[in-house]
Amino acid sequence: MFSRVYRIAITVPPLAWVAVFLLVPYLLMFCYSFWSVSESQAILHSWTFDNYRELLVKPVYWQTLLRSMWIAGRVTLFSLLLGYPLAYFLSFHTGAKRDLFYQFVIIPLWVSYLVRAYAWKTILGTDGVLNTLLQYAHLTQHPLDFLLYSPFAVVLTLTHIYTPFTLLPIYASLEHVPRNLVEASHDLGASPTQTFWRVVFPLSIPGVLAGATFAFVLSLGDFLAPLLLGGPSGIMISNIVVSLFGAAYNWPLGAAISFCMLLIVVGLLFFSERVEKKWSFS
Amino acid sequence: MAGEAPRGYRWAPALQSTAMATSSELIVGSRETTSNAALLSLRAVAKHFAKNIVLRDISLEIAEGEFLTILGESGSGKTTLLRILAGFEQATSGEVWMAGERLDSQPPYRRPVNTVFQHYALFPHMTVEENVGYGLRVAQRPADEIQRRVGDALAKVKMSAYAKAKPSKISGGQQQRIALARALVNRPRLLLLDEPLSALDANLRRQMQVELKALQREVGITFIFVTHDQEEAMVMSDRIALLRSGELEQVASPREIYSRPATAYTAQFIGHTNLLDAEVHAGVARSGVLAWTTSLRDGPALFSLRPECIRLSAMGGPADGSLDDGSIHFRAKLRDQVFHGANELWRVECAEGRILTLRTSSRPASNGGDGTLEFEFFARDAVPVRPSEERV
Amino acid sequence: MELFMNGPPTRGSVWLTAHALGVFAFLYLPIAILIIYSFNGQGVGGFPPRDLTLNWYRVLFQDGPIWDSVFNSLIVAGAAMFIALAFGIPAALALDRAQFPCKALFRRLMLLPLILPGIITGLSLLMLFREASLKLSLVTIVLGHGTALISVATTEVFAGLQKLNRAQEEASLDLGANYWQTFWRITVPNLKLSIIGAALLIFTLSMDEIAVSFFLIGRDNTLPLEIWGRLRRGITPEINAISTVIFVFSLMAIVLWYRLRTQADVSRV
Repeated sequence: MFSRVYRIAITVPPLAWVAVFLLVPYLLMFCYSFWSVSESQAILHSWTFDNYRELLVKPVYWQTLLRSMWIAGRVTLFSLLLGYPLAYFLSFHTGAKRDLFYQFVIIPLWVSYLVRAYAWKTILGTDGVLNTLLQYAHLTQHPLDFLLYSPFAVVLTLTHIYTPFTLLPIYASLEHVPRNLVEASHDLGASPTQTFWRVVFPLSIPGVLAGATFAFVLSLGDFLAPLLLGGPSGIMISNIVVSLFGAAYNWPLGAAISFCMLLIVVGLLFFSERVEKKWSFS
Repeated sequence: MAGEAPRGYRWAPALQSTAMATSSELIVGSRETTSNAALLSLRAVAKHFAKNIVLRDISLEIAEGEFLTILGESGSGKTTLLRILAGFEQATSGEVWMAGERLDSQPPYRRPVNTVFQHYALFPHMTVEENVGYGLRVAQRPADEIQRRVGDALAKVKMSAYAKAKPSKISGGQQQRIALARALVNRPRLLLLDEPLSALDANLRRQMQVELKALQREVGITFIFVTHDQEEAMVMSDRIALLRSGELEQVASPREIYSRPATAYTAQFIGHTNLLDAEVHAGVARSGVLAWTTSLRDGPALFSLRPECIRLSAMGGPADGSLDDGSIHFRAKLRDQVFHGANELWRVECAEGRILTLRTSSRPASNGGDGTLEFEFFARDAVPVRPSEERV
Repeated sequence: MELFMNGPPTRGSVWLTAHALGVFAFLYLPIAILIIYSFNGQGVGGFPPRDLTLNWYRVLFQDGPIWDSVFNSLIVAGAAMFIALAFGIPAALALDRAQFPCKALFRRLMLLPLILPGIITGLSLLMLFREASLKLSLVTIVLGHGTALISVATTEVFAGLQKLNRAQEEASLDLGANYWQTFWRITVPNLKLSIIGAALLIFTLSMDEIAVSFFLIGRDNTLPLEIWGRLRRGITPEINAISTVIFVFSLMAIVLWYRLRTQADVSRV
């Protein structure tokens, strides 16, 4: 339909950028994972499986990965539990004020990650707002120290950050549920609760999957929250990678872990997409 | 409202008696259908949306086993009325009673009422079978009963072969049948149909009209059907309730509403008509050069004359406007011929410039000659109607 | 408040409303506390806050390095915005209209940075720059942001294109305009609001971006990284003050973005 010049003008530049700055770097990361580092901290371009062997053999990597998945899993679960009812409320119960409520929901989403993580740091510390409040109200005698520098703090903070992320796809899929289906269900004798479980929820599953995938993947790869709030017991897999590119200086090993993470993420995306397709009926 | 002549209406004296008669008929409906017990009773139902008055003072009795059509233009309030009966809207004032109990205090899922939606509203994530059996599953009927009743329902709408299909894979007409089956399988006391045929093409529509009517006779359930298509209403209904701007204009059987329209709006909405402004004096109504006998009192009046009541008469009869054996003759020039297939509509211009429409059997197109032709009609075919004032 | 517009409140809808308000509280309370304590003379913790003062804002105002980093962030955000739009708009058009080999792969690659954790995007680019012997600086950060945010531009503009009434373009062609003229006279004006919205969003996200920047930083800090550095050293309410200011600006940007987007929907014929 369009002239050749136009077609080239709109396809080549983005393709070129994506190739240079996305495709090549991933390939490079793949290559790095097979290289090694010498004592003098130079990267040796010699091809070896050592890095992957190390990942399989040393338990610390396994354990941290599993702990990270456990944390990511909890974040996903809580985000869904918090986000779904709010999305439902937004879609079905707000009427004319819906725009206003929607804006209230997306504002935390775009306010800086750092700001929000920092806020929790000030709240959860032993001298933080929560602890001093509890003591002030005579609900506790001593500060609770599990609040900060623990997996709990990481899960709490990441849930806070990713609940809007899960909410939005769920809201979008709820908006797509034709309202006359809800009326038809009522008409046929189903109460609002029955209508929700039999009609509304099944049709919102693609949104739930999208939101859950988002939250899980982003939590899994998060390194900032653990650094700020995780303490030694809250270390996640990305923190190991960060130190491998920093003080521990073993880029190839770090690349190997990163590449594994990339594979996990891409795998999850594919899987989620296939299940979503099965559950979408337009 | 009953028996009260419309306010500020200068023709009130002439039509007082007529107004009273038609108003009470309006409320109760024609005598012929009150032999069955009244199933549904609407009492002074009104609905406002903020400042917008959608329904005013609707009172209606509907008999068991009746096929009632609520007919009206878009904006007349007909869908709102249906939704109030289904339970998706609450009336602002008034009551709805069914079989001796308040209906409007119940949420939709507790009413013995089912709806066929305008765009079918089939559940896309369920098969046809699952859709039809939904109401029964919700009511927790035993599995074998569900299977049996669903099978029967599908057979009744001739869709048994599609039991395992998904709604997205079947055509619009087929979806409509499934929507019907899904509603009927629950054996409701009342079935509401919200313009279910409007999305179908003309031929399929005509076919479905006949099938729906037959189905209703067969199952014996009260149907309330909403449409804006007056022909559809006449084909299918036992009674028609004509709704205009939120008020009932007339409620009567199709024949009655056609041959004895109560108001100008009714006369014009259902079928074609000629509206004649006339002055009545001593039993004779005069309108321009036309004059005919009438039993109305003296004063101004409005008459409806259907196009098919005007005929070509043989030339040589009495001159314009003369009264002769009840048949009124007049001369006019043919201005326009509109071909309708089985018949044609002629627009003819009378001496004083008035245009009348008449319906006659199809004949070859005239060559547009300036010949004056003679027409006639019977005095009794000029039906007195109330004028319809504008409503806010 | 039409909270119970679906009829009289049932037990279910009361719980639902309570839950919804609870989640809102959860989302906003930490931020509210942050703002309150930016006025607290006593520090970031402790309860109740006493000694309300504007002191920390005064300190912030005089904090040189912070303003340097703000300046850096603005430059980076502007440049990143430019890159993301320059490559993202054609990408959206290509995805919407053109057919070419590897289109599916291209689409997936384009959308990947949206969902991939920043660490992977950041590290992979780091390796690229190292192999290309490119020194880390604001330039590398710009390249990183641009890459990460192209997907935002593409998705926003793509959504705008989807809502575009194709018939308008066909009418333009029918009336004698060629493809190029149609593009500038019809397509672009209709996309104006989408593009402006995308620009606003990209700018805001770039100002806040920390995960990718973490690995690509050279000598000059962006604002988030400057704050991060401070956090490692010790916490004062000055950081609360900075955070409050960031929050206010983000708020304005997002509300503006949302208004633009809904206006785009309304003005569509």
